[in-house]
Amino acid sequence: MSDDVRDNGYDDFLDAVEAGEPYYLESPSEDGWLPPAMVDPNTGDGDLTEQPLPETGEIITFTTTNVAGPAFSDDAPFVVAIADFGPVTITGQLRDIEPEDAAIGQEVRLDVGQTETTGDRLLVFRPA
Amino acid sequence: MVTGVRIAGVGMTPFGKQSERTSRELFAAAADEAFTDASVSRDAVEELFYGNFMGEFAETQGHQGPLMANAAGVVAPATRLESACASGSAAVRQGVQSIRSGDTDVVLVGGAERMTNISTAETTEALSAAADGLWEISAGVTFPGAYSLMANRYFHEFGGDREDLAHIAVKNHENAVENDLAQFQRAIDIEDVLEAPTVSSPFGLYDCSPISDGAAAAVLVSDDFAEEHGLDAPIEITGSGQGVDNMSLQGRKSMVKTPAARRAGEMAYEDAGLGPADIDVAEVHDCFTIAEALALEALGFYEPGEAISAARNGETTIDGDLPVNLSGGLKAKGHPVGATGCAQLTEMTKLLRGDHVNSDAVSDASVGLTHNAGGTVASCIVHVLEVVE
Repeated sequence: MSDDVRDNGYDDFLDAVEAGEPYYLESPSEDGWLPPAMVDPNTGDGDLTEQPLPETGEIITFTTTNVAGPAFSDDAPFVVAIADFGPVTITGQLRDIEPEDAAIGQEVRLDVGQTETTGDRLLVFRPA
Repeated sequence: MVTGVRIAGVGMTPFGKQSERTSRELFAAAADEAFTDASVSRDAVEELFYGNFMGEFAETQGHQGPLMANAAGVVAPATRLESACASGSAAVRQGVQSIRSGDTDVVLVGGAERMTNISTAETTEALSAAADGLWEISAGVTFPGAYSLMANRYFHEFGGDREDLAHIAVKNHENAVENDLAQFQRAIDIEDVLEAPTVSSPFGLYDCSPISDGAAAAVLVSDDFAEEHGLDAPIEITGSGQGVDNMSLQGRKSMVKTPAARRAGEMAYEDAGLGPADIDVAEVHDCFTIAEALALEALGFYEPGEAISAARNGETTIDGDLPVNLSGGLKAKGHPVGATGCAQLTEMTKLLRGDHVNSDAVSDASVGLTHNAGGTVASCIVHVLEVVE
């Protein structure tokens, strides 16, 4: 992915998080998905509608990564977590908390941060 | 009637660090051995299916189908298949389907990967490309990291700990001690695993399969071809299945189940007309220690949450009820990504034929299973092999 070219859907989502208006896509079966998606991946149903994302989520798993690729070499060690926001679960880095204090069940809010290595935007979780 | 698919011959290079060997050199060596083992000439091959994952990263090399046909000395339609770490089995499955369809009677299948000619950081980045670029790689998810996310959730839901995982690594290293083709031909103990540097918590270095170079190949033939040419090909691929799941972990309903493997297993069992209780020996995709437990549960050998203690209880060791990864698995045999799926086939073939160094441990075995996963099991391919004489 070029640093200079936006990725439709993903960058739109990050913009929305930064604007304080994050959303998800709801399918007719009321399952939630992240953009970009034309159809529900499980059913093929179209007619996905944007719905507001709940303000807080709960960490359902996490790991502290010591060995990273070149794009994150200056960031390591860092904590990657997956948080459940209800309709969707989201992957991001856990910030503003010591790795040893991370825990499954921790309540977090979604934010946009930057990587130390490249300065690229990424999704982060901060304690709610 | 659909023809049976016989494994006429297999070949495999040693797995390990052999940075200077190009993937074409590696595949040529594996294919040469497979042709010799099969007693089939190269000009009989009607199609080549080849698995490779990261050739663009490591060798700046795409369009590898014809490249590998050239290397193997085969003038036949040649296609590369990419399905991350399941690329090798994708090639095998295409070969099976080609013969069963009646299009071909002889195919060359296999795969290769050159990985150690680039740095560990570069390889880590290349492997992470099997994850979702937008939603996982952007957050710094590595492959050890992705499976660590699954392992930590598994511990949370079912219990188990690092020592349970360590027993899986110790078992697979023990199985590889006498395997001349394995990358790590040495035993380790529980303390070695627990005290190794952390890669991504909870995984230490010994919870992870190594970075490896290597290739594997097999000559598959129809029943009629085997009979007409008097081939000694006692192993048949009787079951083949493939499953899919959401690409990213965050898109799944569960982090501790691998439905792609369950679907692939069910498809392969139905194809072969048997079930998990009929399997005598298995090679499963233990790219990380937790992956072996997840595989055994998805394939129906264990209920969810129970396979993590199988190695610790001696149930999957060489003298257990279901020996798993007698080759050493990805963990100790090595994991040159595109070669792994076919390598599982070559090792299982030898185990069932009786010419593997660990065959004596399963001398009565007549049914084997191979399980090869791509990414965090967003792809999975399962094959059932039977001794048919």
